[in-house]
Amino acid sequence: MAAYRSAAGFQRVLHAVKHVCFSKQRCGVIICRYSTVYDPNEKTFDKILIANRGEIACRVIKTCKKMGIKTVAVHSDVDSSAVHVKVADEAVCVGPAPTSKSYLNMDAIMNAIKQTGAQAVHPGYGFLSENKEFAKRLAAEGVTFIGPDTHAIQAMGDKIESKLIAKAAKVNTIPGFDGVVKDAKEAVKIAGEIGYPVMIKASAGGGGKGMRIAWNDEETSDMGFFLSGHISDICANGFCWCLQVLADKHGNALWLNERECSIQRRNQKVVEEAPSTFLDPDTRRAMGEQAVSLANAVKYSSAGTVEFLVDSKKNFYFLEMNTRLQVEHPITECITGLDLVQQMIRIAKGYKLQHKQSDIPINGWAVESRVYAEDPYKSFGLPSIGRLSQYQEPLDLPNVRVDSGIQEGSDISIYYDPMISKLVTYGKTREEALKKMEDALDNYVIRGVTHNIPLLREIIVHPRFVSGVISTKFLPEVYPDGFKGHMLTAGERRELLATAAALYVAVEIDGEKVEVSGEWNLASALLPITINGKHRTLQVCKHACFKLRVLSKLAASLSKHMPEKVPEDTSSILRSPMPGSVVAVSVKPGDNVAEGQEICVIEAMKMQNSMTAAKTAKVKSVHCKAGDTVGEGDLLVELE
Amino acid sequence: PDHLRFIRSYVSLQNARCYSVKHLSVQERIEKKRKAALTGGGQLRIAAQHKRGKLTARERLELLLDPDSFVECDMFVEHRCSDFGMEADHNKYPGDSVVTGQGRINGRLVYVFSQDFTVFGGSLSGAHAQKVCKIMDQAMMVGAPVIGLNDSGGARIQEGVESLAGYADIFLRNVMASGVVPQISLIMGPCAGGAVYSPALTDFTFMVKDTSYLFITGPDVVKSVTNEDVTQEELGGAKTHTTVSGVAHRAFENDVDALLNLRDFFNFLPLSNKDPAPVTECHDPRDRPVPGLDTIVPFESTKAYDMLDIVHGIVDEREFFEIMPNYAKNIVVGFARMNGRTVGIVGNQPKVASGCLDINSSVKGARFVRFCDAFNIPIITFVDVPGFLPGTAQEYGGIIRHGAKLLYAFAEATIPKITVITRKAYGGAYDVMSSKHLRGDVNYAWPSAEVAVMGAKGAVQIIFRGKENQAEAEAEYVEKFANPFPAAVRGFVDDIIQPSTTRKRICRDLEVLASKKQTNPWKKHANIPL
Repeated sequence: MAAYRSAAGFQRVLHAVKHVCFSKQRCGVIICRYSTVYDPNEKTFDKILIANRGEIACRVIKTCKKMGIKTVAVHSDVDSSAVHVKVADEAVCVGPAPTSKSYLNMDAIMNAIKQTGAQAVHPGYGFLSENKEFAKRLAAEGVTFIGPDTHAIQAMGDKIESKLIAKAAKVNTIPGFDGVVKDAKEAVKIAGEIGYPVMIKASAGGGGKGMRIAWNDEETSDMGFFLSGHISDICANGFCWCLQVLADKHGNALWLNERECSIQRRNQKVVEEAPSTFLDPDTRRAMGEQAVSLANAVKYSSAGTVEFLVDSKKNFYFLEMNTRLQVEHPITECITGLDLVQQMIRIAKGYKLQHKQSDIPINGWAVESRVYAEDPYKSFGLPSIGRLSQYQEPLDLPNVRVDSGIQEGSDISIYYDPMISKLVTYGKTREEALKKMEDALDNYVIRGVTHNIPLLREIIVHPRFVSGVISTKFLPEVYPDGFKGHMLTAGERRELLATAAALYVAVEIDGEKVEVSGEWNLASALLPITINGKHRTLQVCKHACFKLRVLSKLAASLSKHMPEKVPEDTSSILRSPMPGSVVAVSVKPGDNVAEGQEICVIEAMKMQNSMTAAKTAKVKSVHCKAGDTVGEGDLLVELE
Repeated sequence: PDHLRFIRSYVSLQNARCYSVKHLSVQERIEKKRKAALTGGGQLRIAAQHKRGKLTARERLELLLDPDSFVECDMFVEHRCSDFGMEADHNKYPGDSVVTGQGRINGRLVYVFSQDFTVFGGSLSGAHAQKVCKIMDQAMMVGAPVIGLNDSGGARIQEGVESLAGYADIFLRNVMASGVVPQISLIMGPCAGGAVYSPALTDFTFMVKDTSYLFITGPDVVKSVTNEDVTQEELGGAKTHTTVSGVAHRAFENDVDALLNLRDFFNFLPLSNKDPAPVTECHDPRDRPVPGLDTIVPFESTKAYDMLDIVHGIVDEREFFEIMPNYAKNIVVGFARMNGRTVGIVGNQPKVASGCLDINSSVKGARFVRFCDAFNIPIITFVDVPGFLPGTAQEYGGIIRHGAKLLYAFAEATIPKITVITRKAYGGAYDVMSSKHLRGDVNYAWPSAEVAVMGAKGAVQIIFRGKENQAEAEAEYVEKFANPFPAAVRGFVDDIIQPSTTRKRICRDLEVLASKKQTNPWKKHANIPL
């Protein structure tokens, strides 16, 4: 039996993910070694139930374990083999997949608490974290809610009330209309008075959800139909900063510095860092003190975040207060050394803060990238679903923290947030942290779902981002025509070609020899190589950014005779860009539609997407109706 | 214009050759003939071939075989037709309308023929057939596969019955070689009429999209006989044969893509039925755990998952060459390697029609299993089958007879057979899918396996007919039968294994089974229910 390697087969199609230098000095600092002490003698809860799923549930469980607290996970039936269920000491199924029937099902969660005897509940973020009803029911049962009390949740949860309280606490607020808009007509009128652009926000919406920007009357009136919110003047090219505060039940409050959260798509954060490049110590202190005075004004206890919009003149305005642990809290933990979850648990147990304001450091720099299962080439990220056929976190790199709640084999389903993980890197300087982020992204192996790593990687090496000139409009300004993927430089292209070819044979490009070496292995997902003395990490996979074909000279020369295949004319076909459900169909066969006219609305992962006609034509056939579930690429409507 | 001038002058040169040939010395005549053979039907026709997006017969061989490995045979053969002016010198082309010989693919011997469309449209003359038969005879003698690159307008009409005889000669050899050496057909142009039966007899038929057609009769005849309007592409294009008829096993984008894929495919095959399946260097650890498999089978037994995820996870380097990926998708078949060794994979596909067995999937699976058995390729079967598809369409179509083929194929196979029941193994389909009872060597069940006569609902309606609390009865049935134990306690599965360890277990079993020897009783030949 002769053993041979099919090395002369030139067929393997290589698709390589963007490459990068390895930093040579691997410093020995372990990221996020909390300086917090876990005192085993300090009495705390025996058992905590985590009313959440995914990475945040895992994150909370981690700290509970350190504190010696038993944990209870709740889960929907599709999540029964999820990571958060496996790592918890106990798990209770609280209902079927839709969140309204499981993670938002208060009755089932109250039952789970009774059944397991949990003394406290950590709500994570989202779901019931800012639900005053839930907090009330817990209080009635004598179960501690790890978070602020109902009064603070209520006051800060209402966009209008919170603004009034902030004003009273002498916190800078944005000029604008503080009230509920009745209808589209009124919205247009008020918007006209304030001046465009304006931001419209659902009065009780959380995070970026339900927040829209309108640039003219038409857009305002469009939104007015489904949003009755309040309008305020947005700082068109503003920054978004979040001040972390920590307050106990004894009237002590601290601010733990800011998080720069300006890189957003559709008003949801993508890349965050702490501290901010733009903020000077005086402004920081001023903001911190206002944040603390707001916390005091609502008798806040637990961890919370005060969001400010900042204009280019460093004037800052209170936007809202989030009465929960925020998604991006790890970067604050990295630079302060505090374990925020531990602090929340201590505060909930009634302890006083251990730290004084002067104890709070800014050590180094931390960057967080939110790795999502979404297609970055469509509006900077439309959700995608699938099964993680291969999954490898870059944890062997130093100073990298990955908060995730999934593993190889996990399903990213349409029911929940498509976040795969939060990738955090840390360095003594911003430059170091960003460099590490580059490494970490390159060494992150995700297969089976479309993910946004190509976009994240482009952002963190973009000269404008590197220079620190960031704003909430970064993405649309840098990529006015949408994200098209990394444009290879001539040098990078050569390197990529050389590597691909070197997987088979030695390489010469345009008569020049290129040295490629490295210990690669066709079975591994990562391909660490040295090319002309430079270190690069490549990934070989299907569906990657750069499609490469390695052909012999002969095959390449004969390829010129091959017919060019004409791709299907898609202007008359409307396909679903993502899996989701059809909310509304606004045309029927025979209708005439104008280019850009809305044809139907698809909702996926709590996000509504309006599908428009690519040309002016008559509708030939409609293949979907409201309520249908559609997959990516499914035919929705045909035009003539 | 320059280009045309060149071609014109070349054509006149060619005509000149024909008249001056007899005055040349033998040496010069050899050179001339060789040169003429190399240009086939001439530059004009070569240009036309290229314009159609097709390569020439020789270009194709060059691409298919290792550099400089092609050894040609019968370059001087000419057709023997003397009717209709065919005897004229300018109607004779050295080598006629096919290029034959042997060469190497990644160093391994292969016999090839490549029909030359530039010579009389690649039509089959007696000489053409004789050339093909010669290399087929040798291939069988030596024990090396035959690859045919088909691009032919059909019979050489001028030759009449001689051409038909030629086809039959080839068919006979296709049949004789069947099960002796692997035979592969790649359709790279038209292939119509009787000619289609040679590819049909070979083990694998591949097609090139948009430029190849296979049909018994073309659209014109179809129109005149049945009054159906159909295009060539709809009638016999790559899409039709890879999705509807199941005649072709795979289609590729273009000539280059097809030939390079064929090289890859060739690596999986043994040279003959006496040759063990080839082994390649394997970078993928044989004991690699596959953690994703522990969660792949959904909790609700009605929910689908992709069997290909399991296959990709388990095989070497996630490389799987699927056969008939777009036909009868409720069964997955194809080649992969385990620890470097070629294996055949058969799996029910829960994603399509719940992975049930129907006529098409049974036939697809059966033919694949028989190929593997003929050529010593171990078979790994992944079972998740709810049963045979019910309905009049299936019964009238003869599911009994066709389903029997798969059963027959698994039962007669003597190669190493490893079976993994991932979820459902219901009813007769359980027996069929390489069960222990059909001489499965190693049969595993995952914890999610349910081996039973039928699903809980149906079973309860029969066992507890008339009983009031059906739900309770169903729960009892599920508790009893919807798990791997009933099969395991009887030894019908050898072990219940953690899914993530499946690769490791299979690699180890294959090593043990490499020396397996099993023979069926002597017979002239068996009688599979065709």
